[in-house]
Amino acid sequence: MLSSRHILGMDDLTSEDIARILDTAESFAAVNERRIKKLPTLRGLTVVNLFLEPSTRTRTSFEIAAKRLSADAINFTASASATVKGESLRDTAATLAAMSCDLVIIRHKYAGAPRMLTEMMDCSIVNGGDGIHQHPTQALLDLYTMKQRLGHLEGLRVGIVGDIAHSRVAGSLVPALLKVGAIPVLIAPPTLLPARPDVLGAEVSWDLDEVLPTLDVAYMLRIQMERADGMPFPSLREYARFYGMNSARLAAMKPSAIVMHPGPMNRGVEISADVADSDRSLVLEQVESGVAVRMAVMYLLLGGADSGAAA
Amino acid sequence: MTSRTKAVVMDATAVDRAITRIAHEVLEANKGAEGLVIVGIVTRGAHLAHRLAERVKEIEGAEVPVGTLDISFYRDDVSTRNNPEVHRTDLPFDLTDTCVVLVDDVLFTGRTIRAAMDALMDYGRPSCIRLAVLVDRGHRELPVRADYVGKNVPTSSRERVHVRLAETDGEDVVFISEGEEEKAC
Repeated sequence: MLSSRHILGMDDLTSEDIARILDTAESFAAVNERRIKKLPTLRGLTVVNLFLEPSTRTRTSFEIAAKRLSADAINFTASASATVKGESLRDTAATLAAMSCDLVIIRHKYAGAPRMLTEMMDCSIVNGGDGIHQHPTQALLDLYTMKQRLGHLEGLRVGIVGDIAHSRVAGSLVPALLKVGAIPVLIAPPTLLPARPDVLGAEVSWDLDEVLPTLDVAYMLRIQMERADGMPFPSLREYARFYGMNSARLAAMKPSAIVMHPGPMNRGVEISADVADSDRSLVLEQVESGVAVRMAVMYLLLGGADSGAAA
Repeated sequence: MTSRTKAVVMDATAVDRAITRIAHEVLEANKGAEGLVIVGIVTRGAHLAHRLAERVKEIEGAEVPVGTLDISFYRDDVSTRNNPEVHRTDLPFDLTDTCVVLVDDVLFTGRTIRAAMDALMDYGRPSCIRLAVLVDRGHRELPVRADYVGKNVPTSSRERVHVRLAETDGEDVVFISEGEEEKAC
């Protein structure tokens, strides 16, 4: 079991917890290659996917993970729930608590919403992405994918390229990399960096081409086109030119280096189509790992004696 | 663990003889090594499975496939147990239409074997599953019995049966100790 009964951010996990999740995920990955992919492990337990912000891949991944473990997975989405009728998160949580679920995965547009749930519900809470704060299971599946491909995590130089300031993926990935002894390098124009990048404990660079040859992993963040306040750079074309991954940049990297992306990709912006489809791009491996890692998280959270599920 | 050793019930020679006898019994019942596969439950059952296969090869000259099975995900006490550490299942062959000899160190409540049988069924449809254990200590909670038993050891529920094998513990020995009420394992 893990040292915390909730996973709200990487702060809840020790490096031993992370190692345990990754090891357990390996066993689940083997199960996912069987003809019969279902395990009876979490039979009778109820997992609620409370996704109050649009998401397909994360929600589907959690749903498949829950179903492969024989838990009952219930989806609450913003458009189909009482939220559109004006129900507050507090009331939604109280309603779910009254229906006695064992694990809630929450995605919400406001940072801290998962923590608020822990105060109102007895069950385990997993953060499925809260605002621009954290997305811990994404960081865990990224670590798993890197470890599978490169064999180890310690000492890896991982360049995180793009909108660091508004990325919950980076919010979890930076502390996750530090916990496993890897070296995060933030690469972005100053307008996409947080005000104090130095407090994160990562190296910072404005020049992708300069650091590229030193990297083991280039982690391309999605440019969030839907952002209401407009893009903090002159044009997408300029962004792609200075910070986009393409075949010329890939050629400048170490032969063993890999490219990752949390999806969904903007082809031609942060990553070119030929790189996205090359065997150096691990985008689909990341999605595949997601199911095994989320199975491991659920198993370890619900498999402990003092979790709410045991009571 | 606050417990003290009460009695050694099998020494290295006895363990070795038991494996030899079980190998003969398995071959006799199966009329040779045809269609036979040996699957050990991690961790000590897996070591015993490899030894049994080795012995079968010595006797019959036939290579029998050996696999290991982790039953963590099939347990009936996942939500009440403290230490869900997971090992790897490794069954590099098709189980369909084979005769599986399932191997474990100690047969106690029968719950592990129930879980192991469910797990095996998800990997294929063996034509039969037989059970071989080094020690049967009684106290069954499910209608399970072993086909091949190294030694029957009558115990009280306060006692613990320890199996030590050279592969993991540096020596082959089975002993009983007195301890607090043992939880199903």
